[in-house]
Amino acid sequence: MDVDISIRVDGDTHRLSVDTRTTVLDTLRERLGITSPKKGCDHGQCGACTVLLNGRRVNSCLLLAVAHDGAEIVTAAGLAVDGQMHPMQRSFIEHDAFQCGYCTPGQIVSAVAMLGEAAAGWPSFATPAGEQPATPDSGGMRDDEIRERMSGNLCRCAAYANIVPAIREVAEA
Amino acid sequence: MTTITARAMGQALSRVDGPAKVRGHAPYAFEQPVDRPVYLYPVEAAITVGRITGIDCSHASAQPGVLGVLTHLNAARTSAGASGELGILQSDQVAFRNQFVGAVLAETSEIARYAAGLVRVDYEARPHDVVFDAGRRDLYKPEQLAPSFPMDTDKGDVDAALSSAPFALDQGYTTPRYHHNPLEPHSTIAVWADGHFTLHMSTQGVHVARACLAQVFDLDPDRIRIIAPYVGGAFGSKVQPRADAVLAMLAARMVPGRPVKFQLTRQQTFSQTGYRPPTVQRVQLGADRDGRLLAVAHSCTAPTARIQEFAEHSTRSTPTLYATPNLRTRQRLAKLDISTPSIMRAPGEASGMFAVESAMDEMAIACGVDPVEFRIRNDTDTHPLTGLPFSSRNLAGCMREGARRFGWDQRDPTPRARRSQGWLVGTGVATALYSVFRLPGSASIQAHPDGRYTVSIGAADIGTGTWTALAQVAADALGVDLTQVELQIGDTNYPCASEAAASSGITSWGAAICEAADQLRHALADQPGGQLPPQGLTITADMPENPYLQQYSMHSFGAQFAEVRINEFTGEIRVPRQLGVFAVGRIVNPRTARSQLLGGMTWGLSMALHEHGALDPRFGATVNQDLATYHVASNADVGNVEVHWLDEYDPYVNPMGTKGIGEIGMVSAAAAIANAVHHATGIRVRDLPITLDKLLPESRPVTATS
Amino acid sequence: MRPFRYARAENVAGAVALLARSPEGAFLGAGTNLVDLMKLEVLTPDLLVDVRQLTSDAVEELPDGGVRIGAAVPNSDLAAHPLIRRRYPLLSEAILAGASGQLRNMATTGGNLLQRTRCPYWQNITTPCNKREPGSGCSAIDGFNRDMAILGSSPQCVATHPSDMAVALTALDAIVRTEGPSGERTIPLAQLHRLPGNEPQRDTILQHGELITAVDVPPLPYAVRSRYRKVRDRASYAFALVSVAAAIDVQDGVVRDLRIALGGVAHKPWRATIAEQALRGQPADPDQFWAAASAEVAEARPLTHNAFKVPLARNTIVETLLNLTGISG
Ligand SMILES: Cc1cc2nc3c(=O)[nH]c(=O)nc-3n(C[C@H](O)[C@H](O)[C@H](O)COP(=O)(O)OP(=O)(O)OC[C@H]3O[C@@H](n4cnc5c(N)ncnc54)[C@H](O)[C@@H]3O)c2cc1C
Ligand code: SF4
Ligand code: FES
Ligand code: FES
Repeated sequence: MDVDISIRVDGDTHRLSVDTRTTVLDTLRERLGITSPKKGCDHGQCGACTVLLNGRRVNSCLLLAVAHDGAEIVTAAGLAVDGQMHPMQRSFIEHDAFQCGYCTPGQIVSAVAMLGEAAAGWPSFATPAGEQPATPDSGGMRDDEIRERMSGNLCRCAAYANIVPAIREVAEA
Repeated sequence: MTTITARAMGQALSRVDGPAKVRGHAPYAFEQPVDRPVYLYPVEAAITVGRITGIDCSHASAQPGVLGVLTHLNAARTSAGASGELGILQSDQVAFRNQFVGAVLAETSEIARYAAGLVRVDYEARPHDVVFDAGRRDLYKPEQLAPSFPMDTDKGDVDAALSSAPFALDQGYTTPRYHHNPLEPHSTIAVWADGHFTLHMSTQGVHVARACLAQVFDLDPDRIRIIAPYVGGAFGSKVQPRADAVLAMLAARMVPGRPVKFQLTRQQTFSQTGYRPPTVQRVQLGADRDGRLLAVAHSCTAPTARIQEFAEHSTRSTPTLYATPNLRTRQRLAKLDISTPSIMRAPGEASGMFAVESAMDEMAIACGVDPVEFRIRNDTDTHPLTGLPFSSRNLAGCMREGARRFGWDQRDPTPRARRSQGWLVGTGVATALYSVFRLPGSASIQAHPDGRYTVSIGAADIGTGTWTALAQVAADALGVDLTQVELQIGDTNYPCASEAAASSGITSWGAAICEAADQLRHALADQPGGQLPPQGLTITADMPENPYLQQYSMHSFGAQFAEVRINEFTGEIRVPRQLGVFAVGRIVNPRTARSQLLGGMTWGLSMALHEHGALDPRFGATVNQDLATYHVASNADVGNVEVHWLDEYDPYVNPMGTKGIGEIGMVSAAAAIANAVHHATGIRVRDLPITLDKLLPESRPVTATS
Repeated sequence: MRPFRYARAENVAGAVALLARSPEGAFLGAGTNLVDLMKLEVLTPDLLVDVRQLTSDAVEELPDGGVRIGAAVPNSDLAAHPLIRRRYPLLSEAILAGASGQLRNMATTGGNLLQRTRCPYWQNITTPCNKREPGSGCSAIDGFNRDMAILGSSPQCVATHPSDMAVALTALDAIVRTEGPSGERTIPLAQLHRLPGNEPQRDTILQHGELITAVDVPPLPYAVRSRYRKVRDRASYAFALVSVAAAIDVQDGVVRDLRIALGGVAHKPWRATIAEQALRGQPADPDQFWAAASAEVAEARPLTHNAFKVPLARNTIVETLLNLTGISG
């Protein structure tokens, strides 16, 4: 069953007709040719498909496109502004925070959003009870905060030990 | 061998493919833009062994958007030689659960997948045999895989030495089934047009894949082109093409001219792309009163598939490890009705060295010798089996440097002696070893009059950093600036090269490029006036033989250290610190090399604590077939990982002096953790993974919490 | 995925009416569980009624000092809400212990409570499962059952309920508000989920088409010091082997009141009433904690691969209580 929707991706509006079964991830990748978000599991279990949906990081593989008509989506490609890489992207390169690169766009979107969540005072499971999570203004984030908050993005190449300092550097900047 | 001067080599350059990858613009196989794609979804066998008695495709075919249903009744015939897992859809036989028995081609992936579920297959099941145990009567000795690794080895009289040794150990160790799970599932886009296949494929080696698939389809290799500039991880699972590639090609035959897109689901990768088979191992060690080994015996049994053989050769590196007058290794397999296991990162070493290096820890304790010292004491200058000298062997150096950096001399060897806030703390060490491999291949260099050089080779970058590091090698081989080199890889249109496997990539490809650069210099010298002709000059050369192969035994070494914490109430395990020191020859690119090693060490952590494919004997397949139930390490599981290496110059391995770094980081990392767990708790876990139930206190903990 | 229609309703009543007419339809929250299972064809609804916009997405203070959580409140927002963090830290922690940042950003309160089991045989339509196909047999009982239940299971099904949030809410005596074909009702959360018995296909007592509109959490002053302790096979992004939600009120060395609920051990969030009863009015000391925890798991009936959950549950209860009371074991 096809339904007409429109979504904005990285600033461009796309109108198209989708099968009700089509996920946001497949809409981006197979219908719009926007392949920055990756498919690693298709079940919310790896984070490779992470995009910003109306400003929040989400797994696009579990979202039905039909339920997100009118949504504003930002992918890793869209984080770069005017051809300039986002500081998180530069930091990932600098710290060699990836190998095969397949998890990387998801990691980067996730990291950018995660810093925003922490700055907004959202706790994580690593935040000591009753305390505010460390925010950029309160002197950077502890590594265990970064690790916990980034655990929804698996990296099978296991670049974690580089991903954490890459993010920390941006958090401290 | 002339060695080349390092100018670009040794520089910690950032990845040339970095900007594309952080944006997500580097196209992986499934992302190559194609027109009017056809989507493929497989039908998998719902029995373990038996025969298909009927297939009803009518419901599937009736779905709007379905273009065809592929079964053994209508699939193109492949070569009779295409046996084993690649011989799909050629008969009504089912050899293992989830084997492909059909597929649906459709206009969209949603339609293809749904329609595949509508294909009705009737079976006649036969009893299956999938239970592996080391006591089976039908164990057999497999064919030798590589000449350097005999399946069985014997030196001296192990039994006599063991029976008279002052200290003797005889222990069993097991490792479970491991699944590679590269984050990019195996993917193919196949086009069949004008008698030619074009494949965008996720592969570790375009040429290996082509040679294999050409055979399956009885085609001249020139009629297949494979393109794979970027590969989203592989770890051995993408060395040999698997049935998914064959299925995509069979489907492409049905819709000539249209690109068929096929990406396995994560679940399907568990039965279609190989795995490290479980092992049951036995290690016997004998030592004298000074802590010198008198005997080493190591045996391994593992399952393989009835339809295709693979041996997890866990004993293959044991003879290289330590000086010993008596040595024995044995390797046995059992054939079962399961999908075919395969190479997986450090095949043999990952499983085997867990056993041997756990046993070494036990023996060090038995002898009352510090585990670092015990390994140094049993170091050797010559290969214990062949008697050849080592081209370079810095095990003792790695151990000493690691011990120094780790703070090992502070260590109280008493188990269960350190605790901190409700957690028991322990440290452990283990030896890492991986052999130097070189696989034949060729490379071509085109010299342009403007001073640029195009270096082409059918190599692969699976995350290893080839795009960057091989360009550095090429620049030094040519003696030019890196900016003058344009590297081309990942396409069968480039010269035939080996696969990215066995940590041999840079070593093999680099040697071929060095040879091509040499020949280019000679060819230039032969030109009138030594001048490059206006149209440029192209040289293609094969990797030369290494004259030292018969004279030296060539291996990388390392020392792995780990600190663990075990919760006294729950047995939960944390690894706050891993430290590795490696002697792996020349480091071409410190930045990407470090990533390879720390990725390997984290694989070792994941192997030690998390990974375990549970085969259900009733179905013959892995039950936990996704990333929520098959756990690989997450970010929160990884603590500080410190990677160091010794400056090592090995003039015998190849012109670059490289020994390979892709796998050794993982070798024995699990043993170091298991040894640390013993130090922390007094509990020796000989069966991986080390899950909390194995450390959970039966009786009431007596310590303070908070 | 089976083809399906997608619908939105004007309001709750409209949504309820839509489903009442569609016996094979389902409500769609964020879909992080439903879409997951539809891909596997474990669930094959022919109609999805999107309910995210229909119920409240706010956390409100109730006059009695409790809070009301709209069914559409995303898990992340709930965990970060100042009221929840201050009054019910165990609830905030439970949510944060579950899934991942991305999933919590989508997942709704209603959907979280009604997420289905993670039993791998239930998720694989080629293996028998009584929950998916009543009467076909339970593959887990004699299969890979490390993650399965040790309490309250039946010979028909040994699955566990995977929600962390529900465990904390059970400890807090939360009340679920619903609107269905037969009108509105309130259900104590402890009674929402069922034990499998002879009908493992039914997870809850809800009727088809009954929509969760909100969850009320009554006041519990001493919950300001409370904890959610989750033990799992991976340090993050993994379901619980065993989890403990606990709050305890100790005065002058005596346990005045306490709440304990367990996750990962049963087909529903497990209220540890035996342990609670054993401790209420008793001295707060390690021996009492140990005895109470042991009593709670005395009736456990573990399977081949999960016997460890019995001592694990016991130890985790004790550790959590020691931790909350600051007493040394
Ligand atoms: C990889 C992964 C890991 C996870 N780990 C954890 C974990 O560790 N701990 C944990 O607790 N959870 C975990 N989850 C589960 C996650 O919390 C749930 O998927 C999520 O909470 C479900 O919310 P939803 O809004 O997406 O529900 P949906 O998927 O939309 O719905 C779930 C069910 O509830 C029904 N439903 C939804 N809303 C209502 C309503 N208002 N009234 C009546 N019925 C309704 C739907 O019909 C469906 O049957 C994990 C999920 C994934 C994918
Ligand atoms: S435990 Fe329940 S859900 Fe799992 S297979 Fe058995 S019946 Fe199905
Ligand atoms: S592809 Fe979406 S989480 Fe893995
Ligand atoms: S870089 Fe390969 S999975 Fe993360």
